[in-house]
Order: sequence, then structure tokens, then C-alpha cells
Amino acid sequence: MAFQLESRIPSGPLEQKWENARRDMKLVSPANRRKYTIIVVGSGLAGASAAATLGELGYNVRCFCFQDSPRRAHSIAAQGGINAAKNYQNDGDSVYRLFYDTIKGGDFRSREANVYRLAEVSLNIIDQCVAQGVPFAREYGGTLANRSFGGAQVSRTFYARGQTGQQLLLGAYQALERQVDAGRVQMFARHEMLDLVVIDGRARGIITRNLVTGAIDCHVADAVVLATGGYGNVFYLSTNAKGSNATAIWRAYKRGAGFGNPCFTQIHPTCIPQTGDYQSKLTLMSESLRNDGRIWVPKKKGDTRNPNDIPEEERDYYLERMYPAYGNLCPRDIASRAAKLMCDQGYGVGPGGRGVYLDFREAIQRLGRKTIEERYGNLFEMYERITGEDPYTVPMRIYPAVHYTMGGLWVDYHLQSTIPGLFVLGEANFSDHGANRLGASALMQGLADGYFIIPYTMGHFLAQVKPGGVDESHPEFRAAREQVTGRTKKLLSIRGKKTVDDFHRELGKIMWEYCGMARNAAGLKHALKKIPELREEFWQNVNVPGSGDEMNQSLEKAGRVADFLELGELMCLDALEREESCGGHFREEHQTEEGEAKRDDERFCHVAVWEYAGENRPPVRNVEPLNFEFVHLAQRSYK
Amino acid sequence: MRIILNIWRQKNASSPGKMVRYELDNVNEHMSFLEMLDVLNEELTRRGEDPVTFEHDCREGICGCCGFMINGIPHGPERGTTVCQLHMRHFRDGEELWLEPFRAKAFPVIKDLMVDRSAFDRIISSGGYISINTGSAPEANSIPVKKQDADRAMDAAACIGCGACVAACPNASASLFVAAKIAHLGLLPQGEPERDRRAIRMVLKMTDEGFGYCTNTGECEAICPKGVKIENIARMHRDFTRAVALFREEAKVGGTG
Repeated sequence: MAFQLESRIPSGPLEQKWENARRDMKLVSPANRRKYTIIVVGSGLAGASAAATLGELGYNVRCFCFQDSPRRAHSIAAQGGINAAKNYQNDGDSVYRLFYDTIKGGDFRSREANVYRLAEVSLNIIDQCVAQGVPFAREYGGTLANRSFGGAQVSRTFYARGQTGQQLLLGAYQALERQVDAGRVQMFARHEMLDLVVIDGRARGIITRNLVTGAIDCHVADAVVLATGGYGNVFYLSTNAKGSNATAIWRAYKRGAGFGNPCFTQIHPTCIPQTGDYQSKLTLMSESLRNDGRIWVPKKKGDTRNPNDIPEEERDYYLERMYPAYGNLCPRDIASRAAKLMCDQGYGVGPGGRGVYLDFREAIQRLGRKTIEERYGNLFEMYERITGEDPYTVPMRIYPAVHYTMGGLWVDYHLQSTIPGLFVLGEANFSDHGANRLGASALMQGLADGYFIIPYTMGHFLAQVKPGGVDESHPEFRAAREQVTGRTKKLLSIRGKKTVDDFHRELGKIMWEYCGMARNAAGLKHALKKIPELREEFWQNVNVPGSGDEMNQSLEKAGRVADFLELGELMCLDALEREESCGGHFREEHQTEEGEAKRDDERFCHVAVWEYAGENRPPVRNVEPLNFEFVHLAQRSYK
Repeated sequence: MRIILNIWRQKNASSPGKMVRYELDNVNEHMSFLEMLDVLNEELTRRGEDPVTFEHDCREGICGCCGFMINGIPHGPERGTTVCQLHMRHFRDGEELWLEPFRAKAFPVIKDLMVDRSAFDRIISSGGYISINTGSAPEANSIPVKKQDADRAMDAAACIGCGACVAACPNASASLFVAAKIAHLGLLPQGEPERDRRAIRMVLKMTDEGFGYCTNTGECEAICPKGVKIENIARMHRDFTRAVALFREEAKVGGTG
């Protein structure tokens, strides 16, 4: 059965689509809202803002997160900033320009209507956050300050030192806690969603494990919202928090939700390079550093001199040379690929030659150390703490790393998945960023979805269904609960020889090597052979100590890695089918003579939406064509 | 390098705990402290023993999950550092360390080095916010904020809620955490209308949750991984005193027609 991919894009000119949609949406009367229960899974920017806003409207909300507090969600680690088309700098910004930059930055693989709405709503987000007390940077006159970011020629990024994500999340978290106090949101921390319950084709609830007691519980609702973030941890080493996982969206996929563009992964250009095999994660240095830092490698291959001893004329500022119009501020996919290219050609620096310099010498000379400290102080500290080197005196070393996943569950314009009643927000869905996400746009999307879109589209959905009607005793709930319990028992019973991390690391190596920054058909086919073998071995030979009736971090990890072992395969399959290069997805067979990504709009100007076909059956690839009515498809050029 | 670890092992909140000694021979100086524990846990798993439970997530020093006592100091010996950002290069070859969970009545132990800090959420829930419904905010630049105030609010808002301040305090007071939020929101014009209500509610809630009083010991400031200043506590006391004098919970006035 193929999906009916109805995108529900409203009619009318681009500027009026969202307004038209809202005008036509049905409403739930205030007195009836408390009769509806909404489950929100995830408490990051998208989840917390959605739960808070739906609570304010009067719905009965239950919010779940696996951390000890909603304030810990990984949105907290976003450093650089959030975009909004306020044009406070009078530098030519507009909603249209933010929309256009985002469409172009995503290499024309996202929906025009969604992206325009995102740009439009960005204005309200800043107003909302400022009113909540988010301490954005200010000018001396008391107005908000801005900085510029990769992929843009205007200054539209709002920031709170290098802790923008943290401050925005605290704003949403505080709004959420206010609703907890008001009794409209019930918070379930340390609970992990392990399955989605679908009854008569509608999402009606979830199964969770209480991570402290091990209890497996059923939660019934009239609608379910997944805001569970991205799946970059499939690569083992990534900039994601250790707990970030794909389990919720993967369970939903297996219950009938389409998975859009799973292979679209963003590789972030400015991470601290890996040092050893024991390493557990990669740390991002904010992209905002590229505002003042200049990226270079020595002109001589294998030059091991101290960078400060390499004279100016022996340095290759390759981004400025290759992309003069944007230089160090070119988009992430371009900057990442260029860094890899330099290292692959033997110009890389640091251990193993996997690094390029990000140098602040000139900026410190021009602006003074104090200004640089004010702008990036905490990032510099973080770098020093991790590497033991002082970036004020020695250039930073950076290398690309897996950061964000643009793929995710397919949603229509209402953010509803292919399962009615299941909505997906933020990084967990596939929308808005196409094949590459511009800097400072993740926070924008999370909050746009949670504060300003779901309250409308959720109301429209609920207005068309009666509240209640099923409870935990429904056979689907009982069956899902038994499956979850059985799976947990199975993981605990294998008692093999390898640890969960052994498998995860191995999967990560396969994914990075064959489905990472650059991919080709032969490599992907190889990965598609290796991953099922590894998965087979996992279910025979993994060792998960402890029991299911207690706090058991190994068990938590095992369940997540089991899902990554399936998702990884789907990513490779998707990458293999997409025979073009676009955004963060570079197929080596498809490049221009200059080595740039070569899109194939004739054959691939669409979203690939994968459909689960059952155990041991190949998933089905459906297609949602992308129509560009308002912008012209163009070759991206940053030269 | 070689490191000897004495780690507090406790199965759950109701079981007694004890110190267990572990020796690690191949510690790399570039490892973070948590990566060193990962290595230990991999070894324990292979030996069929229970790995050590400790809380962590972002490992970038910002989520506030991690934290336990290393030789009696929350987050360990480096100033201004979370335990995930502490690297083994700061320790000596052959050094012996004692790892224990944060100790406070309001932070019950869940397992090994992991404690329950949900009291912090309940304190925020009691008033640590600005009441503004989504969609009703005025244009952002219509509320100018002095740069100095915004910067000081940001200094306080940098708190990551890790709870080290509580663990370091001889009274297990949450004053630095509460004060940081009161200062962050109270310094901004947006937070002014609820300033009294917020101070009263949050301070009383802190006491209800079983945290102790502040006696100006200063351990909290010394240990805070984000450099949150004790001056915030002075501001909290002032706001609380002011609020006690001025503030009354709103009378419930309902119309009859």
C-alpha cells in the first residue's frame, strides 16, 4: 500500500498561504479543550514550546522526556544563535530574503510554503522570547544586537553569548513549568517512549519505560506530538548529546509513519577534531566563530611547523580563495567539504592530518583581545579545556563532524505525519531545511513549530475528532505493551560477549565511511551488506548487564542502538537511491568539473518518503514531488 | 597513566551503599573524566559486573546533567568546570580518587553517582518564569534593555541547574540556584511585574523542598562551573525582604453577574 502523500499546502500567493490556512482551520472551543489529552514526547525547543503553548490554550497535556528534567534537552547545547528577518540592521533583510536563503541553502530540496512560513514566523519568535526574559545580546541603546552567520549576507542572527540554545530552552522550559504549576501540563521526566499505539489508523498513545523503576506504562491520548530531535548518533561520534536517539521516530516509522529523506545528514564544519579511540563524542565550536576567524591550511603538504611560525604567504586561506563572495561564511556543506578536500589532499594539520586552522590572530589585532573575549569567550574556554591549547595564541584546529539530521518523519504542512493524529516537530521531522541546514535555523524551526504552528494545526485536527473513546485496556495497547516488555527481556537475556558500545562504534564507522560526507554506490552497497550482518550479531552476542526493574543505563543504550542498527540501513538505502549530489549529501559520481555538488532536478526534485513494509521486507520508496512556483531552481554559487 | 578510583556504589534509594575500589591502568591524559569512567564501565561489563551509573548527556558542559563529588569537591578540582569537561591531564599518574554522589536531603540518591534533582524543577514551577502567553508579546525592540542589565541578567542566567552549589554548601542550600533565577528575571524590565511574587514563592518553595538556609559560606560561588556570583544571593535576600513587606497574594475577586 503506497502512501497518500497529501502535503496540504494552502492555496494563494506565498505571502498569504499561512494566513489563508489559519483562516480556514477549525477551532476547538475553550470549554472543550480540557476534554482533549495531548501527549508531547520530547522537551527541547520544539517539545517544551509546544507543551507550554498547548497547555496555555487549555488542553490537557502530558509531556515526556528521558532526561531528569525538561531543561536538559539537547537544544540546550546550541551555541550560535537564532535567525529572524527583523531587518534591525537596515541591511536589506526581509522575510522573503530569509526564505530565499533557506531554500537555496537547502539546495532546493524543501517545500516553498513551509520555508516561507518559517521565515514569516521568525519575527514572532524573537518577540516571544524577549517577552519571556531571554537575555539576548543588546546594543548600548538598549536594542537587540545581531551577528551574521554562514550562508547569509545580512546580519540577522540573535544571540545570547555562546549559549543561545540554552537561553531559548530555559525560556520555553519556564513557560512549561508555569503550565505544570497551573495543572495543565503533567510532566513525566525520566520516561522513555518505546512504542506508538495506533488504533483504527489514528495515533492514540504511547508506551513508556520509567527509567528509574523500569515500569512499562500505557498512556492514552487524542493526539501525539513527537519532538524528539535528530538521529545523528547513528554515527556514534557526533555533536549530539549521548542520550539523543531515534527510538521514538523509529517506532512510529514501524507503525506506519513515512520517513522522509533519511540520508540527509549535516556535517558541521567547525568541530574539535577527534583525538583517540576512547572518544565518546565530538564537540562543536559555534559557526559564529567563522565571522572573525579565518580558515587556512599550510600551502606545503605535511607542514608540521608551529602555525605561528608559518608566514602569511605560505598559508592558503582556501575558503576565501575558492568562494570569494562568502569566504569563511559560506554554507556548512561547502565549508565542510572544502576542509575534507584539503585534508584528503594532504594539507591537514594536527594528529593524523585531520584538521584545518581557524585563526583569530588577525581579528585580535584588528578588534583587540577584549572584543574577541566578549564575543566568543566561552567557546575559547571550552576549546582550551578539551585540547589543552590556548586559542588566543595558537589557532584552533577544527574538522567536520556529524551534527544535524535534515531527514526525519515526513509531515504535511500541518506537521502531521502519515498517521493521522501523529504530529512531528523540530529536528524529528524532515521539513524546512532540505538537503542542508543553514546556521541559526534549527532553533528557529523548533520554536516556530512549537509556539506558532502546532497550536493551530492541532486545534484543526482535534476539532474533527471526539475526545476519548479508548483506554489502556484496548487490545492495541495491551499488544504494544507486551511487545515492549518482550523486547526488553530479549535484550537482557542474550548475555553475549560484546558491549553495546562495541556495536555502536562499529556501526558508526560503517556509517561515517560509507554514508558520511561523501558517498558512492559501491560503498553504500558494501554498507548495506555489513549493517544487517552487524545487526544479526548484535541480537546474538550483545551483553546487557543488570535487570529491567531498575535504573539500567546499559539497557537504555541497547534499545537505542538496536534501532540505530535498523535506521542506518535505511539511510544507506536512501543514499544509494538518490543518484545526485545535493546539500550535505555528496554522491561522488555526481559532481561538476570543479568538484562541486551536481544536483539532478529532472530526476530528484522530490522528497523520498520511505514506508515500512514489515519484518524482513524491503521498505517502499514513495515520492513527494517538490514544486517551485515562486523561486527558480538555480545552481548554488557562493563564488 | 594509572588511576585508582574509590566509587560509591548504591543499588537504589532504599539500599545501603558502600565504597568500591577500582584500578585503571591505561588512562590517556586526553580523556575526559567521563570517558575514563566509560572505559571502566566497558571493563566491568566485560567482566560481568554492573557498570557504574552516572548522569551525563551533552558532555559539553552545558546541559547540567553531570556532576558528582571527586575528593569531596563537586565536579572535581578544576575551577569553573563541569565533570564532563574535566580532563585527565589534570591528574597525576597513580593518583587515588574518591567519587561520591552529591549529598543533600533534597537530592535523594537514585543509583551509584546519580541523584534526583527534580526539586529544582518544582522551584522553577513555583514562580521562576515570566507569565506571558504565546502570541501576545509586543515587538521585541519596544522594550529597550540597558546593555549592562542584559549582560548581568545573562551572567545569572548562565546557571545550568547542575546542583553543585547545593552539594558544596554545608547547609545544602539551593540559594545560588534560586538567586540566579530571581536575579536573571528581576534584572529585566519584563520580569519586574512579578518580582515580589517570584521572590516569595521561590524562596518558600526552596525551604519546603528541604534545602537549607544560606549562611554566606561562599562555597557555592567557589564551586559553580558557570561562575554564577554570590552577589545574586544578596539580591535574592533584598527582593525577598521587600516582597515580605509589600506583597500579598492576589485576593480572589470574582464577578457575580
